[in-house]
Parts: sequence; structure tokens; C-alpha cells
Amino acid sequence: MKVSVITFPGSNCDHDAYEVFADRGHETRMIWHKDHSLEDPDLVILPGGFSYGDYLRCGALARFSPIVTDVIAFARRGGLVLGICNGFQVLTETGLLPGTLMMNDSLRFICRHQHLRVESSDSPFTTGIVPGSILDIPIAHKEGNYFIDPDGLKLLQDTDRILFRYCDENGVVSQEANPNGSLDMIAGITNKGRNILGMMPHPERSATDSVCSQDGRQIFSAIERYFTGSA
Amino acid sequence: MLKAKIFVQLKPSVLDPQGKAVTNSLHNLGFDKVLQTRISKYIEINFDSDDRDFVSTQTTRICDSLLANPNTETYRFELEEIES
Repeated sequence: MKVSVITFPGSNCDHDAYEVFADRGHETRMIWHKDHSLEDPDLVILPGGFSYGDYLRCGALARFSPIVTDVIAFARRGGLVLGICNGFQVLTETGLLPGTLMMNDSLRFICRHQHLRVESSDSPFTTGIVPGSILDIPIAHKEGNYFIDPDGLKLLQDTDRILFRYCDENGVVSQEANPNGSLDMIAGITNKGRNILGMMPHPERSATDSVCSQDGRQIFSAIERYFTGSA
Repeated sequence: MLKAKIFVQLKPSVLDPQGKAVTNSLHNLGFDKVLQTRISKYIEINFDSDDRDFVSTQTTRICDSLLANPNTETYRFELEEIES
């Protein structure tokens, strides 16, 4: 699998994502935001961080980076795009995913382990993962409070496009387990074509032996299953 | 020359946690008649033009394409003549 990781000025999880995919044996490249070629990838990663210092709104200025035009064209052709944290914010600002990530209801930056429930296996990012599975994946954000209008939320629910919800360690989805005030406890969504995933938690931070959770590997394994057709 | 004075505000239907926190602080300070606080953005842009129609059209395009997020925000602006 060929993976292209985009670096914006202010990205800080690009190397983490690179290392995870390179370690798993994939042909992985770092792409600078001013580049004009994605170098023919199978998967594009929009990494976490603070692109353009989060000025104006998170992800708002990254949308106008030269490479994002290519990312949008790639996604519209059905190419796989994974936006993590700030990458999710960029995806909503580009309009590739609906809704907006607003400031956490606590007004605080939250950095901690968080349980997620996998809600659908119907996507390249979750294929083969049993719905209801609980993943322990860290979050680190101040603007992760997912908001969408009522019609938009209903569409996401009715079309099985909410892939991850925040839950407690027993898999119970509730406001108590909601770290940031997200509507319907949404942690990650996909688009209509199901080739784009935006998620606030950081699977690349729970995918190596040196950290205390390896649950992020389930998402990377799912993507690999999708490409090898072994799902 | 013209200056566009732009206000970008959260839609009334969108919860404003910052505003809520400020309301709580104001209550703690004794301003007990404060009902609600909403935090907005105020942006000024200076244009090298005296053509109000042109500047108005440009400002609308700027707001729609970058300054306001239509999912959660609305905007309004006024133009002011400034010394060049």
C-alpha cells in the first residue's frame, strides 16, 4: 500500500503517522503542503497538529494550501483519505466531510486515553472489526466538539456514517463518557462514498509496542484488509 | 479608501461554551442581571478602493470563502471611509 502523509506548517503528528505506516511495511512518503503531487498514493493521511497555528478557525487556512486541491480531487475520485484530529478539522473545512469541530464544552485542551465504540464495519477503515468493539485510543484536542445541524445529523445516523462514538470502558455510549460535548457522542464519521474518515482520536498514538494501548492497530489492519481484499 | 468592519457571530442555535463561561464569571462578579453572553469575532479589512459596491461585493466573497463557517456562523459588515 502506498501512503502519503501531508505536512502543513504546524502539523505535529505527521512523523508519528509516517512511522506507523513505514513500520508496517508500506511505501510511505511525506508530502509538503506546497507540493503539487500526492505521488499516486492508495491512502492520504491528513495528520494531527495545529496547521497555520489554528488561526481564524482550526483547519480553515490549511484548506487553501496548494496540496489540498489535489487531496480534494483524489477524494472525489474515491481515493482513501484519513484525517486525524486537525486532519478531521481540515476535512470539514474543505467540505469533504459535513459539520464542524467546535471548541470543547469544557473550554479545555484534553489529552488522555479515551474509549471508542466501533459503530459500523461498513468502511475501508473498519472493515472486519465487529461493531460494538471497544478501542482505547488517545485524544488530544481543544476543538473536538462535533456539531452539525439536525438534518445533517439525521442523515449521518440514517446512512450508517458514524463510525466511532465516545464510550466508557464497558462500551456504554453516554454523555458522561463524552469528553468534549460532541453531538451524539460522535468521534469519527465517513462521507457518503465511505472513502474518507475524519476522527478526533489518534490511532497512530496507539499503534506501537512502546505505548500502553495498541488498539489503533485495528484501524490500520482494517485498511490493510481492505486493500488486500481479505475482508 | 474604505475599511470593512466585519462581525462573525455564532448562529443563535449554536451553543457558545465561551459565552456561557463568561456569563458564569460575570455572575460571580455580582453582575446578576446578565442573562447571556455571546463571543464573536471582529475583523477589519482596509481596501485600496473608494468604490462601495466593489468593496461590498469583495467583502461578501471574503466572508463566504474564508472568514465565516456557514455551518455555525453568520456575518455582517459595515463600510467606513478612512484616510488614505
